[in-house]
Amino acid sequence: MEKQINFRLTRIGQYGIFLAFLGICIAMALTTPRFLTVSNLLIIGTQVSINALLAFGVTFVIISGGIDLSLGSMVAVAGVVAAMFAHPDTYPLVVPIVLGLLAGVGIGLFNGLVITKSKVPPFIVTLGTMTIGRGLALILSKGRPISNLSDSFNFIGGGSLFGLPFPIIILILAFVICSFILGKTILGRYIYAVGGNEDAALASGIPVKAVKLKVYALCGLLSALGGILLTSRITTGQPNAGAGFELDAIAAVIIGGTSTTGGTGTMTGTLIGALLIGVISNSLDLLNVTSYYQQVVMGSIIIGAVVLDGLGKKSS
Amino acid sequence: MPQPILQVSHLSKSFSGTRALENVGLEIFAGEVHALMGENGAGKSTLMKVLMGLVKPDAGTIIFDGEPIVPYKNTQQLKGKLAMIHQELLVVPGLTVAQNLFLGREREFSFSFLLRDGAMNTAAQGILSRLGLTLDPSIPMQELSISQMQMVEIAKAVSMDARVIVMDEPTSAISDREVAALFAIIADLKAKGVAIVYISHKMDEVFKISDRITVLRDGRHIRTAPASSLDQEQLIGLMVGREIKGLHQHSALSESEEVLSVVDLGKSSAFSGINFSLHAGEVLGIAGLMGAGRTELARVLYGLDQPDRGQVFIDKEAVVIGNPRQAITLGIGYVSEDRKRYGFIPKMSVAENLTLSSLLRHRKGFALGTESEKEVVDRNVQSLNIKSAGRNQKVGELSGGNQQKIVLGRVMNADPRIIILDEPTRGVDIGAKFEIYRLIEQWKASGKAIIMISSELPEILGISDRILVLAQGRQTALLSRTEASEERIMKHALQ
Repeated sequence: MEKQINFRLTRIGQYGIFLAFLGICIAMALTTPRFLTVSNLLIIGTQVSINALLAFGVTFVIISGGIDLSLGSMVAVAGVVAAMFAHPDTYPLVVPIVLGLLAGVGIGLFNGLVITKSKVPPFIVTLGTMTIGRGLALILSKGRPISNLSDSFNFIGGGSLFGLPFPIIILILAFVICSFILGKTILGRYIYAVGGNEDAALASGIPVKAVKLKVYALCGLLSALGGILLTSRITTGQPNAGAGFELDAIAAVIIGGTSTTGGTGTMTGTLIGALLIGVISNSLDLLNVTSYYQQVVMGSIIIGAVVLDGLGKKSS
Repeated sequence: MPQPILQVSHLSKSFSGTRALENVGLEIFAGEVHALMGENGAGKSTLMKVLMGLVKPDAGTIIFDGEPIVPYKNTQQLKGKLAMIHQELLVVPGLTVAQNLFLGREREFSFSFLLRDGAMNTAAQGILSRLGLTLDPSIPMQELSISQMQMVEIAKAVSMDARVIVMDEPTSAISDREVAALFAIIADLKAKGVAIVYISHKMDEVFKISDRITVLRDGRHIRTAPASSLDQEQLIGLMVGREIKGLHQHSALSESEEVLSVVDLGKSSAFSGINFSLHAGEVLGIAGLMGAGRTELARVLYGLDQPDRGQVFIDKEAVVIGNPRQAITLGIGYVSEDRKRYGFIPKMSVAENLTLSSLLRHRKGFALGTESEKEVVDRNVQSLNIKSAGRNQKVGELSGGNQQKIVLGRVMNADPRIIILDEPTRGVDIGAKFEIYRLIEQWKASGKAIIMISSELPEILGISDRILVLAQGRQTALLSRTEASEERIMKHALQ
């Protein structure tokens, strides 16, 4: 009997978020006809895409036992850099994209290098780069939005392919690749090991520093991708873009069941976490709830998710 | 017959279907040292947790000093009367020695809501010196060595003036000198009528200090007998439920090639002037007291630390071992004495831990070849006799013996030619111990060169072909199997 109850609680802990997600979708579909329409679902997907990209990146970091607070600033730097090279009739499309991504990878590598060389906690290092990054974005753009971007660049965030908005296609591709890296490659296994017990990982012959470096670089890459997407969608390189994005991304990761102490978590969890945030804010929009209340609801969900997760763990 | 001070009867407890204790009885008398013996999983810890009020029993009674105790519901009843020294250190690193010593008893040293640090330090000093410890009670706990922390924990339990003190593996991390001090304290407590429940895997200790021995097996009470009426083999037999003969089967060493040699190796204050060679199919034992530099030497050979003097040669070629990854590439494997910290990843599965040092072998394009991984894991589970709920169970949930087997398996899977084992049987029950010895024999037969550090002299003497003795970081002897004896090793270890 006791065993059965334990079993059930564990299951709820594991799949609780998914069930909550389904429950909200079903409830919305039944009560609000506008929810389950193709156009609304595509809106949700597009809105979720940037946060999900950032969340995928920081999932790697959090599973490895670290944290990255510089996501939002990397979004801004990558967006500004891309915009600088995306004016019509200047460079081919690949230039702004590659340079934007490189900017993110560069900041990510910087994070990783300082963390592995100095042993300063990631929280503090990335808190520093968060401010440095914002400053860089302002310096590069001279504090002004960069507009007048080429049509091809604006397609990334605004265009569609076979009826699917391009951001959703990028989201799906990124999810597949990130899941593959985390679940099916040696690097993925090493990330779990480093987050689970760094000393034992080192003693097992795992190149711990290289793993951390890759993790922060990956996080930078995905944040930059988010930044390019955002710049393209709003057709402007905004030095102030992305402020606070890191918190939404981290929230998605936590709601998705990744342990904040590292060593456990999945990309699927993070995707569901990001979708849940998207669906809830969309639902509250449709129900005409003001954004003030939306924040209260969102915060409660973050806490609720972790409490549920804790219940599952205690019983197992 | 006097009344027992603590009487446990018909105690039962199950955890989600698994029976941890079944109808267990135990009587402890004032002034006795009562050893509680059993393999890991025999129910010792559960029994102690029930006594400490941490676990609620399903059935049974506990009578303390003639008074029935309602366990779990009313733990306060036993507060101050029953103290426990935990195997795992429970200290607050940032607080001082004195603050740790009196944690939870600050009221004794307060003036209204103000703490009187001076009085606390003076009292702490008194307790520490009674235990023969020269420690400044005002320094933070984190500046102490593990063995010093353990002694502070012992001091804490002793200072509570409890009627019964439970000691769970109190000597697992302290030096021989401190063990002697502890035994003197135990004798002192005995004389004062305090009862000691002593849990240890170290046979010689148990026979040395205990008056009576109770053996548990699979959650059942097997036997309680005066220590003098049992010998070591009988006790082991009671613990495992079968007879284990010839714990150490030593096969003779054949002439073989030198695999590793170390010339004048040294590292700052830890050790210096180390010289030895190691041959294929040989077991080199390293003996010495706690703090003699044994573990530090092992860490240097595995690249976890860097030496500042001397040379290491593998196959007669000078090598630099910069980190564990390079060590593995050079064919070196290492099993740390600190299994929890350096041995395994608790949140990862049996399978993931087993292949962690050899993942590159399972690479298939960009991905991990799960089929080849599964194959290796299944083979390991069988050959190492790993008991788990399956290859996906998390290693953190397994017993110490099974965790150690997984660490050994992980090291083995990287196919090393030189294996360094630091206290390979520490905290492992007797059955698993036996299996580990057999494994070492197998490795030896297959031509692997083995370095084994151990604090258990019978183990060192039973397995090693040669024995290197360290004392305070210096190499004091390199004995052949025929030359070595417990007395000789101790003589050199104390040099």
